[in-house]
Amino acid sequence: MPGEAEMRLRARLSKLGAVKLLRGTKLTGELGRLQEQLDRLQEEPSAEDIWRSVELARHQDRPYTLDYVDRVLDDFFELHGDRGRADDRAIVTGIGKLEQRTVVLVGHQKGRDLKERTARNFGMAYPEGYRKAMRAMSLADRHGFPLVTLVDTPGAYPGVAAEQHGQGGAIARSQAAMARLSVPTVSCIIGEGGSGGAVAIAVADLVLMQENAIYSVISPEGCAAILWRDAGEAHKAAAAFKPDAAHCLELGVIDAIVAEPDGGAHENQDEAARLLKESLVAAFDEIDGLDPEERRRVRRAKYRRMGILAHV
Amino acid sequence: MSTQDTGHVDVSVEDKRAEDATLGRAHPNTCPSCGSHYRDEELQRNLRVCPQCGHHFPVRARERIEQLVDPESFAEEDADLRSADPLAFFDLRPYTERLAEAEMETGLGDAIITGSATIEGEECRLAVMDFAFMGGSMGSVVGEKFARVCERAAEGGTPLVSVSASGGARMQEGILALMQLPKTICAIEELHEAGGSLLSVLAHPTTGGVLASFASLGDVVLAEPGALMSFAGPRVVAQTTREKLPDDFGLAESNYRFGHLDAIVQREELRPTLARLLRLFAKV
Repeated sequence: MPGEAEMRLRARLSKLGAVKLLRGTKLTGELGRLQEQLDRLQEEPSAEDIWRSVELARHQDRPYTLDYVDRVLDDFFELHGDRGRADDRAIVTGIGKLEQRTVVLVGHQKGRDLKERTARNFGMAYPEGYRKAMRAMSLADRHGFPLVTLVDTPGAYPGVAAEQHGQGGAIARSQAAMARLSVPTVSCIIGEGGSGGAVAIAVADLVLMQENAIYSVISPEGCAAILWRDAGEAHKAAAAFKPDAAHCLELGVIDAIVAEPDGGAHENQDEAARLLKESLVAAFDEIDGLDPEERRRVRRAKYRRMGILAHV
Repeated sequence: MSTQDTGHVDVSVEDKRAEDATLGRAHPNTCPSCGSHYRDEELQRNLRVCPQCGHHFPVRARERIEQLVDPESFAEEDADLRSADPLAFFDLRPYTERLAEAEMETGLGDAIITGSATIEGEECRLAVMDFAFMGGSMGSVVGEKFARVCERAAEGGTPLVSVSASGGARMQEGILALMQLPKTICAIEELHEAGGSLLSVLAHPTTGGVLASFASLGDVVLAEPGALMSFAGPRVVAQTTREKLPDDFGLAESNYRFGHLDAIVQREELRPTLARLLRLFAKV
């Protein structure tokens, strides 16, 4: 008897196979990978399998938002500041060309060396960062530019000033802003999708996730510290809450998985960017045709369905 | 005004156990602020506010509803919804066991009660959270019940009053718990587009994913005195940043000063305040 999880993944796979987004060469490859993941799921993926995606998602050489911007967008012009109080460098915003389309980009940005990491606050945004994102979103809506968001953060910054400036409210309002947009929106989790700080910029028509990215309600260390009372049990925590792409797809949280080069995105940044670009273009091709009202309705209806209840 | 010792308040999802340890040290009816001790009926009669110093004790969801609505006016909805265990989550104990225990202890199906009622004769929908059910954490059931009550508020043209008390998203439901943030937010967007309104009351504590979703999106946002309302809990902030936290870190008073709240409302004033707002928001 196949398990319930396996049945769900099978159902999802057959549905995905019928979606235009997933046709074409590279996407056939993606289906092949999903099939592999399905095969692996017949025995529950081991804690090691899941921990491997945690490590790859955090790999120090993994491409960050600006690495993809350089390779995916032409003529990128960065927009700075929230027009209120600061320019939060943990979030990058700007406009550029994705093939023929002018798009608005919003993405978390981590730093490569110590100096940049500090300047980028390790990709952990303050409320100012989410307000900067909202500014870019409203620009997109005003001009009818599609919105691309790239998600890569350990989480929103937990600090005194961040709380004083309204971290919770900013995260809520950023999601609300995305729920209101009339333009096509595509998000991709490209590394760490850490909790509220991640979903703040990931409420989109189509949410993609790279093969080795993670998307989770809490960090493995944070979860381990509470439930196991030992941050050292992060492996077990990750295995328990399953932040890997295959599980996110199975649970209906993401719409498609973006393939990475063998060994992970850090092994070949150009190839990783090429695969990401193809998926983004295919995703926009998929949703471009919708009427703006209909697009909003469908987007909200998608989130309305999320969650699993017991049948009583 | 509460003079709660914030150094001992820690209710972020991350530190729920630390909170348990704190609770273990004192009787729940002993005022953590002034040390006065009360019989349960005394406290209940005084809306669970310390008669000596005004400290606001936590209020369970059913008692909160009794405090707020006209007698016999509350009609509960969706009481039968229960959590599934999509991840077969197991930490030191299975999630299903924690759920069953929470239901036994609280008599509730999950951490929120929803329904319709009148307050001083004004019709409204209600969504009231209960911190006693797994720290008021938000999983699929809380999100679903909240979304449904939003839809009914939109259909009926009645304002929605929410009273939150939550440590945040429910870890045991993994990424699906995080998805309840956009889910509840999309429901509020639909409510607002239909011309409906949300009055959000933040009780102690409203942190993490609930603060970062529906609780912050009220047309009017109120809080009780001394309510902790921070995205990250004080302990997490202290450990991560090694900053010295201000005495009023994350409290309603601090949030009011920084512009994140419309008013801090004493508990005895909550019912008349909500009634007043319901009259102001009534579409006639």
